[in-house]
Amino acid sequence: MPKLAIHADRSTSGTLRFPAHPIDGLAGTSFKHQHLQSILADGDRDHGFFEVHAENYMGAGGPPHAALTRIREDYPVSLHGVCMSIGGPQPLDKAHLGRFAGLVERYEPALVSEHLAWSTHDTTYYNDLLPLPYTEATLRRVAEHIDEVQEAIRRPLLLENPSTYVLFKESTMGETAFIREIVRRTGCGLLLDINNVFVSATNQDFSALEYLSDYPLEHVGEIHLAGHAEQEDDEGDRLLIDSHDGPVADAVWKLFDLVVGRCGPIPTLVEWDSAIPEWPVLKAEAKAAQAVLDRHAALQRGRMHANA
Amino acid sequence: MQTLSKCHAETADGLDYPEGLVHGLLDPGCATPALVAGPKGKAADMRFNVYRNNVTVSLIDALAAVFPATMRITGETFFRAMARFHIRNTPPTSPLLFEYGRDFPDFIERYEHAQSMPWLADVARIERAWLDAYHAADAAVLEAGRLALIPPEQLGDLVFAAHPATRIVRSAYPAVTIFSANRASGSVGRIDATAPESALVTRPALEVEVRLLPPGADIFLGRLIAGERLGSAAATASTCCPEFDLAFAIRTMLEAGAVGAIQHGG
Repeated sequence: MPKLAIHADRSTSGTLRFPAHPIDGLAGTSFKHQHLQSILADGDRDHGFFEVHAENYMGAGGPPHAALTRIREDYPVSLHGVCMSIGGPQPLDKAHLGRFAGLVERYEPALVSEHLAWSTHDTTYYNDLLPLPYTEATLRRVAEHIDEVQEAIRRPLLLENPSTYVLFKESTMGETAFIREIVRRTGCGLLLDINNVFVSATNQDFSALEYLSDYPLEHVGEIHLAGHAEQEDDEGDRLLIDSHDGPVADAVWKLFDLVVGRCGPIPTLVEWDSAIPEWPVLKAEAKAAQAVLDRHAALQRGRMHANA
Repeated sequence: MQTLSKCHAETADGLDYPEGLVHGLLDPGCATPALVAGPKGKAADMRFNVYRNNVTVSLIDALAAVFPATMRITGETFFRAMARFHIRNTPPTSPLLFEYGRDFPDFIERYEHAQSMPWLADVARIERAWLDAYHAADAAVLEAGRLALIPPEQLGDLVFAAHPATRIVRSAYPAVTIFSANRASGSVGRIDATAPESALVTRPALEVEVRLLPPGADIFLGRLIAGERLGSAAATASTCCPEFDLAFAIRTMLEAGAVGAIQHGG
């Protein structure tokens, strides 16, 4: 059985850095600690990349860091923050931002992302991605927060669109207009979560296709795919829940194909955070995404040859 | 039912939307906040319930992940009901969920439905210490060979660096035996232990280890990792506990990887 090493903090040695491992055109999966031995035993260097939730690696040491170090040696890693509370009105938690920047420095991730949402208010942490109204006031505040994060990590952040269940009566603009203006003001990139688009479109009764044609696709640096669950709203209509607990839905695969057709083979992650299956099941979902990326990459090359 | 003013604050500058939502998130007595709605005039009760449910269920799950033996003892339904009360009283104050649940053992001690299991809080304390050890900083442990090189007459003056993972949990009940039986796979047989037990929690490399400390060793080790000299720590342990066996305590400490380098003396 492959062993992990302790005291594997390479960054403190000052000289040994991680390999660069390019992420362009690759599909990846969430990294779950319980899959580590299967991944190492598998030894499949063809697997694209792994994404981790930053907060799980904010402890001082121990198995989480040993595992991530081992993974980072062989694969590109994407660092995904879940609770910076960028979409909240109160100042960012400086200690948390410092820990986040520390992880970026230590693991040299290929991608760094966070959410358009909030999770902390006053001193309470609610452990959910909570929604915000889209107004001039929130636009200014979110832009300030992203500036602050990008200054701390010294690189652009990818901002993820939320899945939402309610709308705010006080909102004065749509989500795509809000996101477009955030990009213009901060220079951040975007993480387009296509499952979130589909979930929100169903829940808020708008067209996912229209959302995507209005969304600034040229700034997308990463795509997320995930499974969702189904409930009912007060009127008995379908209410989708962004549950990350199953395979990607057919409708989401179709939207993915369309997006990749428009913007090329962007690094794509299959998220699976609950009811986590055995490693081969998750790996197969990533392979399916990789096939879509490869097909469009080949089409793109074909077009370039035709134009040459 | 809460009064309206407590559930829904005014939103004046367009930036106090969290104030309008948070009371309803943890308090089922609060109505759906007036600032949210469904699309095209639809209601928002079921919609807002998604957020309520996400917050409460994910935090209960977080406690269940930190305290698996405690949950195995109480059963899932009992545990989740108890955790729900705790979350309402003491929601997390850090976005790092592996820091959550520090107040949970004290809550369990006071929880009226857990009074028939007076050892339950101590089992939870061992589980909380287990997770602290899991995330503690990596550090070298004292090798047994280093101690063997020290002339016996100098041993009493030694001071050790505490290993960052090391925790001691004292119990008036057989908490270590109960913890171990309920964290292991397989069925939990009848537990006959009745004596008070103290746990030594360490993580010499990547595996967290929990062992039963011999009598008096909790006092001895507690003082050692607080930075006291070996001689004086041993003297205190002997005074408090006549059965204290220094050689056995030192062997346990070395086997467990409970201390770091020799910091002073030697």
